[in-house]
Amino acid sequence: MITGFLSYGFIQNALLASLMGSITAGVIGTYIVARRMVFITGGITHASFGGLGLGYFIGINPLIGAAVFGLLSGLGVEYLSKYHKIREDSVIAMIWSFGMAIGIIFIYLTPGYAPNLMSYLFGNILSVSSGDLWTMAGLMLVVLVLFVPFFRLIQYITFDEDFARTSRIPVTLFKYLLIGLVSLTAVLYIRIAGIILVLSLLTIPQNSALLFSNNLRKIIFLSIIFGFTGSVSGLIFSYTLNIPSGASIIFSLIILYLLASIIRTLSVSRRKNLADRH
Amino acid sequence: MESLIELREVSFGYAEEKVIDGVNLIIRPSDFIGMIGPNGGGKSTIIKIIMGLLVPWSGTITFPPDINIGYLPQYQEFDSRFPISVEEVVLSGLLKKGRIAARVKRPDREKAARVLNLVGMQAYARRSIGELSGGQMQRVFIGRALISDPDLLILDEPVTYVDNRFEQELYQLLEAINRSTAILLVSHDVGQIVSSVRTIACVNRHLHYHPSNKITEEILASYNCPIDLITHGHVPHRVLPTHPQ
Repeated sequence: MITGFLSYGFIQNALLASLMGSITAGVIGTYIVARRMVFITGGITHASFGGLGLGYFIGINPLIGAAVFGLLSGLGVEYLSKYHKIREDSVIAMIWSFGMAIGIIFIYLTPGYAPNLMSYLFGNILSVSSGDLWTMAGLMLVVLVLFVPFFRLIQYITFDEDFARTSRIPVTLFKYLLIGLVSLTAVLYIRIAGIILVLSLLTIPQNSALLFSNNLRKIIFLSIIFGFTGSVSGLIFSYTLNIPSGASIIFSLIILYLLASIIRTLSVSRRKNLADRH
Repeated sequence: MESLIELREVSFGYAEEKVIDGVNLIIRPSDFIGMIGPNGGGKSTIIKIIMGLLVPWSGTITFPPDINIGYLPQYQEFDSRFPISVEEVVLSGLLKKGRIAARVKRPDREKAARVLNLVGMQAYARRSIGELSGGQMQRVFIGRALISDPDLLILDEPVTYVDNRFEQELYQLLEAINRSTAILLVSHDVGQIVSSVRTIACVNRHLHYHPSNKITEEILASYNCPIDLITHGHVPHRVLPTHPQ
């Protein structure tokens, strides 16, 4: 069965997409989770839906519209967060719902072909084209080029921004670069993974990883492993049970998280027992 | 003697209100300055201006371009659940402009171990910062300020959260460090610091520099810097000589 499974070109593409997606999401998601930006990311992802609708309406590649909306909302929230008078979470909720609303309006107004909204919520990793794969590879490369040499710097900025500023480091530049990458990751993955799966890939593997380590580097590696394992097992469930791939991947990621929690709890109580005996 | 940092007629405020006004301060390489003054008097504001976190409304601040300042902020505004080990926090004190892509090398880790030893936290190097008590965290952040062998060490309320014993250790440590490093020590509780420091800067909107650590409530009052000179030790006592009546 597995060889049959692997012989399909679209499955091979999906596996490759899962691997690159897990790597990119492992890095970016760890940043998002560590900096507690999950809600902002949710806002960006949903706001980009407005750009998607606009893209359909004016007849350009919807992904370009989505990228513009995603980047603008990400950079906008980062800019506004400098002012403490602004209630950041409220602003995010407004951007979130406004983006969805204009997306729906434009798609409704677009004559003729109406895209299936469900496919943007849960995506369809089985329809990944080779063009999508190249885009994903490009994004992964950009993420790695920023994170590999500047890993420590990013870690310190994220942990204690003011202290990093006192070392006269271009903190603001890095924060904008990073929120830009977060936005691009979220948006580029919408077509492949859908809005909901993007958020899952960016948070669930990272939280599984956090159960086992306080070292950001290890958390990234573990996230990639959890993300890829979840994606592949989700694809297999999707194939064998004939259920939608996006939903089954999310399901697998959550099951992995629960398993990880159980293992973690057991190993902690076992260590405690051993310590008590001595 | 050459100065490390010079503030000239520096003013700053929030919204419409001036918090500090016409502040002059020169810090020299062997100084040990105690900065005292009431809460809200502008002590931390001056520190943040020196550290480049705030831009003064007017006035100038000069320092050599390659100056290395070790800094302990007053409030630890960080996420205590951030996944980072104690050793990494201390190593972050080595972060400097110009070596932002640098990798941590073995001598850096040895240095971190030495500094953790100085602040009595060597046993906690691998622990998450969030697992520590407030006093332990403060020691780690003091370690972060020390690791780069700074030319100037600025400590904003360093003994907040820490217990009495470490407080005494810290003052001994600072006296040793002061042989090679200038120190600016900020406290709203003057009794604690006055015996360690050499000179005193009283900050209450204005800055009055007092070139010795012999100070009285009368002098403080004349500086418009009303501070209680009674310590909060086991038995309240006056640490400074009173003037003859």
